[in-house]
Amino acid sequence: MLYHIRHQTTYRYEEPANLGHNLARLRPLDLPSQSCLEHKLHVSPTPDFRATRIDGFGNHTEYFAIQRPHLEMVITAESRVEVLPQTQLLLETCCAWDRVPALLRASRDPEHADAREFTLASPYVPISPELATWAAPDFKPGRPLHEAILALNSRIFTEFAFKPGFTDVTTSVDQVFREKAGVCQDFAHLMIATLRTLGIPARYVSGYLETLPPPGKPKLVGADASHAWVSAFIPSRGWAEFDPTNNTTPTLRHIVTALGRDYGDVSPIRGVTTGGTSHQLKVAVDVTAISPSPNPATTAKVNS
Amino acid sequence: MPIRPTDLLPPQDYRPGSWDEMVDPQGKVRPAWNTTARWLASHQTSDLEAAGTEIRRLLRENGVTYSVHGADGEDPRPWLLDPLPWLVSQDDWKTIETGLIQRAELLDAILTDLYGDRSLVREGWIPPELISAHRGYLHACRGMKLPSKRQLILAAADLARGPDGRMWVVNDRAQAPSGTGYAVENRVVMTRSMPRLFHRNGVRRLASFFHTLRDTLDALPALAGSRSPRIVILTPGPQNETYYEHAFLASYLGYTLVQGDDLTVRDGRVWLASLGGLEPVDVIIRRVDAWFCDPLELKEDSQLGVPGLLEAIRQGQVTVVNHPGSGVLENPGLMAFLPGIARHLRSEDLILPSAATWWCGDRDAREHVLAHLGEMVVKSIHRNPTFGTRFGPELTKAQLADLRQRILARPEAFVGQEQVGFSSLPVFNGSSLEPRRGVLRGFLTAAPDGSYVVMPGGLTRVAATTEAKIVSSQLGGVSKDTWVLGSDAEPFVSLLRESPELAEPDARTAPSRAGENLFWTGRYAERAEGTARLLRRAVLAFVDDLGEDENDATRHREILMQGLLGATNAGPFHPEETTSAVSDEEEILSMLADPLRAGSLPSVLRSLRYSAFAVRDLWSPDSWRVIDTILSDWTDPSSVPSHLEPFSAPLNRLIIDLTALLGLNLESMTRDAGWRLLDTGRRIERAQFLIGVLRHFLVTARSPREELLVMESVLAALDSLVTFRKRYRTAPRLELVLELLLLEPNNARSLLYQIDRIALNIDALPRQPHAARLTPEQRLLVETGSRLRLAEIRRLTERTDSSRRRLDVFLDHMSRSLAHLSDALTLTYFRHADRPRFLRG
Repeated sequence: MLYHIRHQTTYRYEEPANLGHNLARLRPLDLPSQSCLEHKLHVSPTPDFRATRIDGFGNHTEYFAIQRPHLEMVITAESRVEVLPQTQLLLETCCAWDRVPALLRASRDPEHADAREFTLASPYVPISPELATWAAPDFKPGRPLHEAILALNSRIFTEFAFKPGFTDVTTSVDQVFREKAGVCQDFAHLMIATLRTLGIPARYVSGYLETLPPPGKPKLVGADASHAWVSAFIPSRGWAEFDPTNNTTPTLRHIVTALGRDYGDVSPIRGVTTGGTSHQLKVAVDVTAISPSPNPATTAKVNS
Repeated sequence: MPIRPTDLLPPQDYRPGSWDEMVDPQGKVRPAWNTTARWLASHQTSDLEAAGTEIRRLLRENGVTYSVHGADGEDPRPWLLDPLPWLVSQDDWKTIETGLIQRAELLDAILTDLYGDRSLVREGWIPPELISAHRGYLHACRGMKLPSKRQLILAAADLARGPDGRMWVVNDRAQAPSGTGYAVENRVVMTRSMPRLFHRNGVRRLASFFHTLRDTLDALPALAGSRSPRIVILTPGPQNETYYEHAFLASYLGYTLVQGDDLTVRDGRVWLASLGGLEPVDVIIRRVDAWFCDPLELKEDSQLGVPGLLEAIRQGQVTVVNHPGSGVLENPGLMAFLPGIARHLRSEDLILPSAATWWCGDRDAREHVLAHLGEMVVKSIHRNPTFGTRFGPELTKAQLADLRQRILARPEAFVGQEQVGFSSLPVFNGSSLEPRRGVLRGFLTAAPDGSYVVMPGGLTRVAATTEAKIVSSQLGGVSKDTWVLGSDAEPFVSLLRESPELAEPDARTAPSRAGENLFWTGRYAERAEGTARLLRRAVLAFVDDLGEDENDATRHREILMQGLLGATNAGPFHPEETTSAVSDEEEILSMLADPLRAGSLPSVLRSLRYSAFAVRDLWSPDSWRVIDTILSDWTDPSSVPSHLEPFSAPLNRLIIDLTALLGLNLESMTRDAGWRLLDTGRRIERAQFLIGVLRHFLVTARSPREELLVMESVLAALDSLVTFRKRYRTAPRLELVLELLLLEPNNARSLLYQIDRIALNIDALPRQPHAARLTPEQRLLVETGSRLRLAEIRRLTERTDSSRRRLDVFLDHMSRSLAHLSDALTLTYFRHADRPRFLRG
């Protein structure tokens, strides 16, 4: 599958921002399951300084600074990405979930050592015994890891209401758990927190999901949004992705831009300005399939 | 009473398994202490008392402080120093030195690895959770490498002697190790207060350490084209408990002291907002915790950092000392793995052991800790004020159960350590010597070639009491100098460079924030002086009657009260109690003693202290001594008299001290931009005060008899009574008084004199081009000066009914012009950086 992605972020200030430093993590990653064929980051006004690098989690990061007064900043990322089909894992080929912590501790495999970093609490992800209790029905002793995670994926999908606007970036996992509602970012954090509490390494994935308009309606420009889901570590196989918001395992319609411990590590744009009081933010995302999707599904949910 | 050192800890009191530094279990003095023991034996307790007093005086005079100097007006805590040092023999020192160097090399290798290819973690030498769980480990710094040979340039370790006689490492300090400045101050004070003891012992000197540090920093990359890098010390500011040390090091090493918002990142490089404009910065000595250093990539609401700093480091445009990620080395959990890493990397055992440590993130270790909780010392892996170190033997059952729960909830965040009893040292408690536990902080710096150099000495801290088991890791409490005995007396080494380099023009190194604080120091000092003169006049009127008859005296007092409250712009007396009438004496007392009342003398002095302390590094020792004397006399609320009379003498002293302060600055500071701003602040304030006094005393027209009294008070308050008498040899007349105070160009108190001086200062400031087109400051001065020169005194004295309207309008105009000038200077020179705002999308 070939996609064209356009992600445009606009900041408007009431008083001019004099100096703005920004970090963008908008370039889709090159992974076994996808390759980024083309990527352009266009910023207006033209930055006075820019530099790209790979961050500590392997994400493409671009720093740019606008060093003169400006009332508006428009960041437009355009990417062409090819997504490849992933081989499906047989449920029974992985070990029992409750053997994972001991297995990782005993292992001398560097990849396992790297994965262990993702078993700890992080700024947006608490470790909470309450979550372990809640997840216990799906994590019966001896159950294969992959099967248990799939059960959790679908449990979040069924028990939690998708309510755009109900939460924001500061909403805690505890709150989402109590209110049983949120958006993709909240469900990803909740699922990661549950897995980590159980000793299973889990990462936050930020990216895009191709959405399709209701049958018979044209697709609206800018109607898509960035999306977030979960990547969990299966010792025998490596990292595998789960999308609790849509109760799926990502296949051909998920495009990964960044991986990290939680949202804080991967937010698409971080910035600090001096001046520039009371800013307004507008985000427009378009994910367009250049070759048609083989299996047009119903409308998927994404962050909004 | 003569002192017998061996009585301090006689054999029968020597606890088995303990170690005292001065005497051994048989009651014999250890060799390193022989000279000191002889000195003690030939002295009395009263000599130690005298030494202690001298030390306190010297520390006070040098203004050595530790702790909060907060906005709430809390006084800085004076630094405490014991008159006896910790003496370390040459042999002991050899072990400490090689052990510290081995440790620093090891920690540097770990730091390099953790932010590099992470092989120590990936190969299983360090558990990944131990690193990731620690707040000092900054993911944003992965892959970041300084251009220096070492990633860890400054390091420190707290050492204590175990019962086996070996030195142990208690803590590692790598984030931004503090204490070197205090160690130097302790040494300076000890050589002055105990000179004989110091020289007889043949003590090694500290200065070489700073030479090495400076060489290392000078060898770091500089902006193309310059001979050496421009170096700044980044401090969180005067509120920080070790701000004194930051300021001390800045002036000791000759570097610019800056706060986060003095710096800005542009074009991927760091710049200093100086009085002369933006100047490049090559090296930052970081005394701000790394987490606060860059709101773009780290703590997003930090106001102490520099947005974009991490990117500038990655660009290789600035070297930050230490590496922002170095805080991870302070994790005590690392101690459990250090011996293994030493064998793995260097095939060596640690020369300096640390207490046996179990990191609770490891299951077996956790089980061991929980099984022996009652004997363990349990610490958080963070330097976390909410979880103080717990001592198992001192905990109740409930506390132990609570501790167990805490550990189980976040095991990777805790370590258990074997409790080691550390050695004791003689400490003078004010009346006698007593043994207390001590910890010695040793300091290292990397040399330009990448080797490590240990400061031959260090900062010793002792426990609060004889019984106390721990020595607080905070720097408060009692300290000691540390004397490393040398084979030969070393020559005195000065930190001044041997080949003199021409100092850079100061406007390029002085942060504009420093300029602003100097400007306000000038203003507050002058305001304090004016307020004091008015108050002195008022006190005199109430205490001495000024030799008038009863009616005159009463009337004069009334006028003085109105003038005092008006000219000082005083806030209301006890705003919450408006019902009862306030007597004049009470009013004056509150202006003399209530620091919470706006416009009162103590409130002005507090503002003076605040702005002066914010540029602590720029004052000469003598200037600081005067500032400190003034402030300690007047801002201590405990010693306020309840009536006016006792204030006369202190007011006189204060006026003399303030005059001395301004005189000292006139004489001892170079005429640089900072001095120009200080003097400009002072002149603007003097002019404003003069205008205020004239408006509040002379605008109201009165009977000739009253006017005579008022004019005398005006002249006295403006320090011009003697000048007037000498010049005019007559009783005051309004035209003459106004001529002297407004227009006399040679009267250092006149308004014209102030305007002329301000104009001279402004012309000498940077960014004031000498061109036909005037800057806003020059324009205001020309306008104000001309209007003043053109003033017709006779017309100003005209009265309509009971008021002199022309005078009032004229003075009002002058006052506004000066306020505009102050604003214009602020816009041009004083950085008013907007608060950084965080965006996300």
